[in-house]
Amino acid sequence: MSLLSIDGLTAGYGQMTILRDVDMALDEGEIGVIVGPNGAGKSTMLKAIFGMLTVTGGSITFDGTDITGIRSEKLAGHRIAYVPQENNVFASLTVEENLEMGAYTRRDDVSHVLDHVYEIFPDMKDKRRQPAGELSGGQRQMVAFGRALMIEPKLILLDEPTAGLSPMFMSVIFDRVIAINRTGVTVAMVEQNAKQALAIAHKGFVLAGGQNSYTDTGQNLLDNPEVARSFLGG
Amino acid sequence: MAETTATPARPLVPVRDLAAFAVLALIVLAVFLSQGSVYSLRVMVEAACYAVLTLGLTIQWGYAGLFNVGVMGFLATGAATSMLVSYPTNPDFWNSPGPALVAMFVVKLAICGAAIWLANRAERIGFHRRLKGLLVTAVLIASFVVISWHMTHMADVIESQAGWVGGLGLPVILGWLVAGLVAGLVAWFVGRVCLGLRSDYLAIATLGIAQIIKTFLKNADWLTRGTLTVSPLPWPVPTPANGDFAFARGMYLIVVVIVMALVYLALQRAYYAPWGRMMRAIRDREDAAAAMGKDVTARRREIFVLGCVVMGIGGAMLIHFAQIYDPSGFIDLNHTFLIWVMMILGGAGNNRGAIFGAIFVYIAWTISEPIALWLFHTGAAYAHAWTGWNPPSDLDSRALQMRVFVVGLTITLVLRYAPRGILPEPEARH
Amino acid sequence: MNALVFFFDNAILSGLIIGAIYALGAIGVTLIFGILRFAHFAHGDMMTMGAFLSLIFAVLLQSMGIHSPIALAFFGMFPAMAATALIAILFDKLFYKPLRDAGARPVVMVMASVGVTLMLQGVLRVFGGVSARSMYIGSPKAIFQFHLPDATRPIVLTEPQIILFVFTAVTVFALHYFLTRTRLGKAMRAVSDNPDLASITGIDIRHVVWATWIIGGALACAAGTLLSMDVALKPDLSFNILLPIFAATIVGGIGQPYGAIAGGFLVGLCESFAVFNWSILLRPLEPMFGVDFPSSLAIVPTEYKLMIPFVILIIVLIYRPTGIFKGKVL
Ligand SMILES: Nc1ncnc2c1ncn2[C@@H]1O[C@H](COP(=O)(O)OP(=O)(O)OP(=O)(O)O)[C@@H](O)[C@H]1O
Ligand SMILES: [Mg+2]
Repeated sequence: MSLLSIDGLTAGYGQMTILRDVDMALDEGEIGVIVGPNGAGKSTMLKAIFGMLTVTGGSITFDGTDITGIRSEKLAGHRIAYVPQENNVFASLTVEENLEMGAYTRRDDVSHVLDHVYEIFPDMKDKRRQPAGELSGGQRQMVAFGRALMIEPKLILLDEPTAGLSPMFMSVIFDRVIAINRTGVTVAMVEQNAKQALAIAHKGFVLAGGQNSYTDTGQNLLDNPEVARSFLGG
Repeated sequence: MAETTATPARPLVPVRDLAAFAVLALIVLAVFLSQGSVYSLRVMVEAACYAVLTLGLTIQWGYAGLFNVGVMGFLATGAATSMLVSYPTNPDFWNSPGPALVAMFVVKLAICGAAIWLANRAERIGFHRRLKGLLVTAVLIASFVVISWHMTHMADVIESQAGWVGGLGLPVILGWLVAGLVAGLVAWFVGRVCLGLRSDYLAIATLGIAQIIKTFLKNADWLTRGTLTVSPLPWPVPTPANGDFAFARGMYLIVVVIVMALVYLALQRAYYAPWGRMMRAIRDREDAAAAMGKDVTARRREIFVLGCVVMGIGGAMLIHFAQIYDPSGFIDLNHTFLIWVMMILGGAGNNRGAIFGAIFVYIAWTISEPIALWLFHTGAAYAHAWTGWNPPSDLDSRALQMRVFVVGLTITLVLRYAPRGILPEPEARH
Repeated sequence: MNALVFFFDNAILSGLIIGAIYALGAIGVTLIFGILRFAHFAHGDMMTMGAFLSLIFAVLLQSMGIHSPIALAFFGMFPAMAATALIAILFDKLFYKPLRDAGARPVVMVMASVGVTLMLQGVLRVFGGVSARSMYIGSPKAIFQFHLPDATRPIVLTEPQIILFVFTAVTVFALHYFLTRTRLGKAMRAVSDNPDLASITGIDIRHVVWATWIIGGALACAAGTLLSMDVALKPDLSFNILLPIFAATIVGGIGQPYGAIAGGFLVGLCESFAVFNWSILLRPLEPMFGVDFPSSLAIVPTEYKLMIPFVILIIVLIYRPTGIFKGKVL
């Protein structure tokens, strides 16, 4: 059975419906990548999963429980974490405080998780007393990433983690995504850099105009000439 | 989005308005029958003045979402200006060195203003940024020293030789118009500083400016006789000097109602004009309006100044009617918050609602005084009879404070349970 | 030397005293501004309410037969701080939370706080009357004089002023500890910094809101009590104290507690320097300059004291709207 399964999801902002009848399923331990043109509703999709929008139709099931309509504050309890596309760090808090905030919902001792995150992102350890607002874009992305890992999520939702990063940094981030995934975390990721992202994906979803037009393994989508022509730029 | 801010279809028969005003008419009738026409006319004149003030506020808050907590300041500015324009001249002043000093003062003010303006643009004439900061500071300090020194000296001379500057002896109606202009000028300065920033700052700044204007008026003995008060203020119609109060007040009422009607008609037109539509678009969807290339800040400044012009006129009419100009009489409660209650209860953004709210609330306000006193005295009497408790000697002044509580309570209740008021804005908010 | 002592007493010391009061008030205002995102106009009357509560508790203590060398009002202040904090939370529940939940614009919240301040004013004056009272019941106010070797004039400090300085210092350290070392304190900074991300992260906004009102309410109570102990309990404080507190908040940068403290002292010192009669300090120098200074040489007359915070506010808004400590909100 899938860890995350979305059936016939219809959602939007207020009166405006953006997503229509979208399906998606991810098994435990998979990396799922959502690609599609700008404004296709990719971010909206993640926000809908994370309880930030009113869902008007369909259902979202996670780990056997129906989480449709559960508000985002509560989802940390279900061990789902979300890294938004923008403004994803507390700029005036230090790196370490950002990470601690990630564990806000946990009352147990999190020092081992903190160590684990510093292992994955060693740069962060050196900068841990620095305000996150003073870091570079790529470093901030790592802080945001680390913050989400603090609840030891089963599922992590990433919205364009490589946006605006140099190609070198981009591969660093993809590396980390793979590393995290290896520890058993299921990843659902929105990406503009479709080719690289699909290359590491177990499953790919092409979203266009608020509907999913293709769903397949990452490799198959990359090989699909039609997808390549319309969405991957040749 | 286009259709949400389109001109709404005006209902053929505004049932709600008719009903509200019919009830209001009954209340007014009851006041006339029970209190006699002399007293009732006084209440009606004051209510109509408040209606003008409320119209000024409703365009600021209702049309543009600007929170002005300093209505009293603009009202007082209008009152003082109009007093100065229309009060008879003081020959002692004109025979003293006073006029020359005042003229010099104006010249110095203009020079300092120009200097500050230039200093703020110093980088355009080739100054470095840091240097500009220094220059601005220096110019500000120099201007302050020049102006305040001159003002102290001028005040001393005028107070010792002539008492105060006196009026200009011009027609009252002219005084009211100038009152609007000066209040608008003050508003322009406040708006320039605060309107580009977040909305709370305007509230803080207007609160401050109102307190400062009041302090200034209370202490500027040379200009407005300070707390010594000025009376009798002239009327645009014959004053009740010969004892016929009903007739004189009736005439004054007619003048005030004409002003109110003119303001109402002008605002009504503006509301449905493209200008009003744009204002509402800015209020409801500021970011969208800004994205469409509207200069949000400039539009806001326009409406803020316009609202304050109306308040200045309303304040002048109100104080002239009382015939005594007394700066200690400007009170936040009566001259800011009461007007707020009138506006939000009547329906923010609805000009008829403003008039309805003003008259309704003002009548309630005037009868609340005897009611509060009666309640407290009765309560104290019972308490004394039953428990032997002796009421404090300042029971009366405390009883009146109850009205402060009620004004506050009304504001919070209306915001929570009837945010659109009794006569909602013709077009729904989004 | 006497002139210097006079300057110290009347300009520096009095500036620091009122500055400490402003700082205590501004901490609450800046936290409320940063977290609930509106200018809390009821803060001045909350201070007055706190002072009244302290007085009531002090009278209670006295009626229980308790005596102490330190003013009873000071001991009454601690239960009063708790009570004010609770009342602040209650006000939030009754008046602000419903509006917040309905998605009201910040400026509507400002208006609601104006409504709350009027209600408070009304209730306080109905029950407390309109005249000033002394917070010193029973014991007189202790006055300490420090003599400097070269001066006949002593440096004068009163008991409430010493209490005020100690209390402010303790508060600053406690606040710093709370905001940087505790979970809830960090969460408050996080919410103030980025509320959307805070709720995504699962931070319970309710707790943060409560903490904000508790700190704001308790410190308002302390500020009101200590000010009333220093001068007298006046029920008509509200708007006059509000303006300098807002000025301190904006100078320090919205949502910046340390900025608010610095801003409070800055505004307090500017006020007392502005109304100080500088000729007293300059007169001994007359022979040096060979000129006569006028007998009164204040920058602004005392009546216009309120101008100072206003002018500071305007200057900051024009030239540096984020405050000197770079507040977060525009
Ligand atoms: N807060 C919002 N309110 C209303 N509409 C929104 C909001 N956010 C996004 N939209 C609309 O929803 C649609 C989908 O936006 P979304 O952010 O999901 O796109 P996206 O696929 O993530 O694009 P991008 O690649 O640029 O990030 C767009 O048409 C956008 O205008
Ligand atoms: Mg997106």
